[in-house]
Amino acid sequence: MRNEALHFALRNRKLVVGTVVVAVFLVAGVVGPMTIDHKPADYVGPAMAPPSGEFWFGTTTFGQDVFAQFLYGLRSTFLVGVLGGVLASVVGMVVGFVAGYRGGWVDELLTMVTNIVLVLPALVVLLIVNAYLGVRSVGVQALFIGLTSWPWAARAIRAQTFSLRSRDFVDLARLSGVRTPKIILREIAPNMSSYLFLTFILLFGSAILIAASLDFIGLGPTDSVSLGLMLNNAARWSALQLGMWWWFVPPGAGITAIVGALYVMNVGLDEVFNPKLREM
Amino acid sequence: MLKLDGVSKVYRVGAFGGRALTAVSGVGFEVGEGEVVSLIGESGSGKSTIGRMVLRLTQVSGGTITLDGRDISSIRDRKEYYRQVQGVFQDPFSCFNPIFRADRVFALIKEQYFPGVGAREWRGRVEDALESVRLDPGNVLGKYPHQLSGGQLQRMLIARAVLLDIRLLVADEIISMLDASTRIDVLNLLADLRARGLGILFVTHDLSLGNYVSDRTVVLRDGRIAEMGPTPLVFGDPRHPYTRSLLAAVPRLHTKWTDAPVDGTADGTAEERAEDLPCAYHEAAQGSRTRPGLAEVADGHFVACSGCAGAAPEEKKMKERA
Repeated sequence: MRNEALHFALRNRKLVVGTVVVAVFLVAGVVGPMTIDHKPADYVGPAMAPPSGEFWFGTTTFGQDVFAQFLYGLRSTFLVGVLGGVLASVVGMVVGFVAGYRGGWVDELLTMVTNIVLVLPALVVLLIVNAYLGVRSVGVQALFIGLTSWPWAARAIRAQTFSLRSRDFVDLARLSGVRTPKIILREIAPNMSSYLFLTFILLFGSAILIAASLDFIGLGPTDSVSLGLMLNNAARWSALQLGMWWWFVPPGAGITAIVGALYVMNVGLDEVFNPKLREM
Repeated sequence: MLKLDGVSKVYRVGAFGGRALTAVSGVGFEVGEGEVVSLIGESGSGKSTIGRMVLRLTQVSGGTITLDGRDISSIRDRKEYYRQVQGVFQDPFSCFNPIFRADRVFALIKEQYFPGVGAREWRGRVEDALESVRLDPGNVLGKYPHQLSGGQLQRMLIARAVLLDIRLLVADEIISMLDASTRIDVLNLLADLRARGLGILFVTHDLSLGNYVSDRTVVLRDGRIAEMGPTPLVFGDPRHPYTRSLLAAVPRLHTKWTDAPVDGTADGTAEERAEDLPCAYHEAAQGSRTRPGLAEVADGHFVACSGCAGAAPEEKKMKERA
């Protein structure tokens, strides 16, 4: 089964292209910063210089290297997206699967918790928590984002699980003596694997955006740079009005390319997992 | 072998489970080795619920189901139970996980019950089982469910049960999704299995099928047994007005509906007429009421009260006693 999925995965152009784009950015974010010998916030060049051979993406109003900021920004953006997205997905999936499969009072309890977290004004809570704790690290930021953004995923997964658990193949698996966690993992989850991946992508994207919002109001990590922070610096110092396109285009294009590539990957994965969608 | 005793199922419905819905109430019958018992009833009569309770997919609310005298809910190891009792469901397409190959149902059996069996030997067993349900292994192995027909899938499910060497098969409407030509194949297959000593609980709404395959028939109505007994007795000499109206409602092969007499085929008129007939339960001698709510009108032929006037005072008495 695994080899077969791999067989189709390697022949699916959408999946391959999406994976390559994400991988390129990931490698740039992980390896890139090691190749630069100055800090992203260092004033290393002339002010407001357009892209050149020395500074590939130009410099900021203060003479900081935009390319260096971009590479470091990719790293913390991936970090906050992956940590926040994974945490939110895991919580959402566990709550959704258990509530949907078990039903009864377990479902009512978990749905109640989900709804409570859902109606919390998440951004306000994040502001207060961040301000109160004075936390300034990417990891803790991702933790809070993850713990507040899972409810809609849990609700959607619960609904899907509800409809899948009444299918006869679930009963047949129970008649085969398969235990509940294994049924959820091996019978129900694969049927919505592309949906689960889409959930992760959306949570990944929203974690990046929430992190950018926090950065903007000065509650983000102060010791590092993120793509969101770059955008907001560019906006604060009127990069658009001054025609300094090289300051805001790379971070904007970076976020768009990463999330877009993940979306294309999702469409491809859908075709790989669902034999009915295969074109061959 | 399998014995149901006063089995009932109550569902909690409405907000906070405030109301109770009784799907099955006080049902008792047995299925012996090599015996086919058909459970006949209309939609919502509780027949599938009984099948699911026997398969332990739904919990029993009251009464007991025993296998060889052991309460099935006390068998802690579900696998041990499922080695003896298996089910085949109505919709073969929904029984297969659409994203996996169809033969995964066999792989699951191997993984759970025969992890020690070698791959080659297992392949041989699967092929034998497929051949025993008259499928060509080369034709069905390695295919996806949507590439196979309903009849092929249904027979694969029976082959799956055969692999386990079970003693009781719960067949829940297994014929209704099949076309006429594959139908008879599956029925004959059941006959083969029965000859090997397999007990079959055949759940159906189709009277002629019930008549064709079963040794004994249980007619259900609103979750209660209306009539049960040896199939020739129930079909040849139906005592309960509901059974009679069911039998009258079966279309005849050589009669067109335009030629059929209007009274007696339409449900309402048949039941109205039935009210005039004496109630078999209350007409029967007192000593014949050997099971709760059922009178034994002939050897092994039980019938319930038709809901006649005689039932009212009795209910009152019961309430007073309570």
